[in-house]
Amino acid sequence: MGEYPSRSVNATAGDSGVTSGYARGAGSGVSPSSYQEPPLGGGSALPKKTRFSVETGFRGLSTAAGAMVLVIIIAIAVFLVSKAVPALQANTANFLTEKTWFPNDAEPVFGIAALAFGTVLSSIIALIVAVPIALAIALFLSHYAPRRLATPLGFVIDLLAAVPSVVFGLWGRDVLQVPVRNFSVWLNEYFGWLPIFGGEGPFGQSIMLGGLVLAIMVLPIVTSLSREVFQQTPGMNEEAALALGATRWEMIRTAVLPYGKPGVIAAVMLGLGRALGETIALALTLGITFNISFNLIENGGNSIAANIANTFGEANATGRGALIASGLVLFAITLVVNMTARAIIYRRREFRDSAA
Amino acid sequence: MSLLEREVPGVVMTPDNIRSRKLPVIVNVLVAVAAFAVAAVIVLGAGIGNWVLVAVIGLILYLVGLNIAASRVEGRRAARNRTMQALIYSACVLAVLPLASVVWTLLSKGLERLDGAFFGTSMNNIGARDPEGGAYHAIIGTLEQVGIATLIAVPLGVLGAIYLVEYGRGRFANTVRFFVDVMTGIPSIVAGLFILSFWVLIVSPWFNDGNPRFSGFAAALALTVLMLPTIVRSTEEMLRLVPGPLREGSYALGVPQWKTILKVVLPTALPGIVTGVMLAIARAAGETAPVLLVAGGAAAINFDPFAGNQQSLALFVYQQAGDASRYAPARAWTAALTLVALVLILTIAAKLLARRNKLSR
Repeated sequence: MGEYPSRSVNATAGDSGVTSGYARGAGSGVSPSSYQEPPLGGGSALPKKTRFSVETGFRGLSTAAGAMVLVIIIAIAVFLVSKAVPALQANTANFLTEKTWFPNDAEPVFGIAALAFGTVLSSIIALIVAVPIALAIALFLSHYAPRRLATPLGFVIDLLAAVPSVVFGLWGRDVLQVPVRNFSVWLNEYFGWLPIFGGEGPFGQSIMLGGLVLAIMVLPIVTSLSREVFQQTPGMNEEAALALGATRWEMIRTAVLPYGKPGVIAAVMLGLGRALGETIALALTLGITFNISFNLIENGGNSIAANIANTFGEANATGRGALIASGLVLFAITLVVNMTARAIIYRRREFRDSAA
Repeated sequence: MSLLEREVPGVVMTPDNIRSRKLPVIVNVLVAVAAFAVAAVIVLGAGIGNWVLVAVIGLILYLVGLNIAASRVEGRRAARNRTMQALIYSACVLAVLPLASVVWTLLSKGLERLDGAFFGTSMNNIGARDPEGGAYHAIIGTLEQVGIATLIAVPLGVLGAIYLVEYGRGRFANTVRFFVDVMTGIPSIVAGLFILSFWVLIVSPWFNDGNPRFSGFAAALALTVLMLPTIVRSTEEMLRLVPGPLREGSYALGVPQWKTILKVVLPTALPGIVTGVMLAIARAAGETAPVLLVAGGAAAINFDPFAGNQQSLALFVYQQAGDASRYAPARAWTAALTLVALVLILTIAAKLLARRNKLSR
């Protein structure tokens, strides 16, 4: 850009300004005091671009900063792979199907199966609990609550999204664990015939506790995103529904929910992304075991991120590589989830902008 | 013949239903009382649970009862409306309970150790039997790490946003924009692993005679990775809100584009940008996992972010939570209270600033 001026090289309509830009030394730039006179007339009425100006430099700098994001994403993948490969080569078991995690032994044996299963299971429990409640709160804030109540309540929800995960983890371990244990004992007594509530105990530090803590953490994100979507529902659609005699719920069901559906799906996906990557809250609440079990209430459960936090301290070189390999899997999963969510949002945005 | 003459119950306007009958409030209350009473009798009589089960069964009975009562008085559609409304309200109450519990626990357990020693001493030479100890070193670490991360992430993020808004056209800019959004969702532990494999294991040996070394600076780099997309996103939104005529006026006066951006666009959007930066700082200050992986944590005070292990408040909470000492939980809760206070003050200040911002709604 700027090296070959396309239209004013031969436009010599009686001025010297056309070529004066090239007479300057490289990198001299255009300082405010000596800003050159825009040449008059012809195709050269606009200020000419010099080869090296502050403008080019600034443009290059900001482009580099924008490209930095892509560089970082690629660098994450490259460096994780470079550290994971030696450990994966030293692994004596199949990384994808092995359940145990002994990467520090002389004969390293480790695999992602149990960890990935625990990650997905706890996230799904979190979503099953959190999404209906989050949607109800979002509807309450956007369509039921009086404005005087909705504004501060929305503010509080936004604040909750900022509370660090370690605080929720600590609360889950110190406070929520006892009621969850009592609830688990009760479930086991009356619904023990269901495999997910079976087992002999001990109960408490279970995948259910982890899932519930995750649910509380995911709740504010899903709520605030879907509230925004619901608020964007065209007023015309809502009023049309009400004018046809719809009750408030029928209005929501026929006007608000269909309009907000893609946005809600995206919000849920983003919540899923956060739940999958959550580390400390799960490291504090799950009772670390390495097996694949659908039992929700017995002590146990594990996740990729929690395992990294728990075993990083004792890891040797191969162990670190193994943890980085598991982190790579987590990175890939969250990348896919987030890209899907963003693609949905982008398609919806184009749809909305073109329809407006 | 016409639609109006077809018999659709509840839709056709007849003198009977043109003014709908309302369910009296007293009936609503009576249904609630009856539902919870029946639930209490069932649960406590059969001995199958405690008051929590009473509340759950009572709520279900109330919703069913309300539906039946309302459909007799108001009709099926209005009854459905009422039930859904009751469901939505009860979901809100349900969500408030754990959050209120978090706040209450934070205050009741956190105030126990909230004294001068907590903010003035470190954990150096504090054994399992010592009730003293504090988070001075952790607070220093958090401030230094977040400060360095802010110094790196803010110029980079603002410049990136300037590229996206002012210069970026075409496919490359769209790709960058998409991946900024995707990057906001990267788990913090992955950012930590990235800096671990990049800085701690590969770069830091160059400065340390070939040995990898944890440092606060590495933690700052990991936090930068987490802050960058947030700052780019919020700044981009703010820059887009700057009215086009402001820029055009500047161009018309012959001001070059870079100067227009620096002197006109950025100052106009500044309050909004500051808000976004503060929210990013608040989020970064609460991150535990990356600091755990690359700063290592320490018991002593370390002012130098470039050499040796450093502690951070969030990591301090996590480590004290895992400590076997019986004095550790009190320290953990007090540190958690400090951390939440720090984060919430930043967030609230940012939101108040955003409210005074004339550009945003």
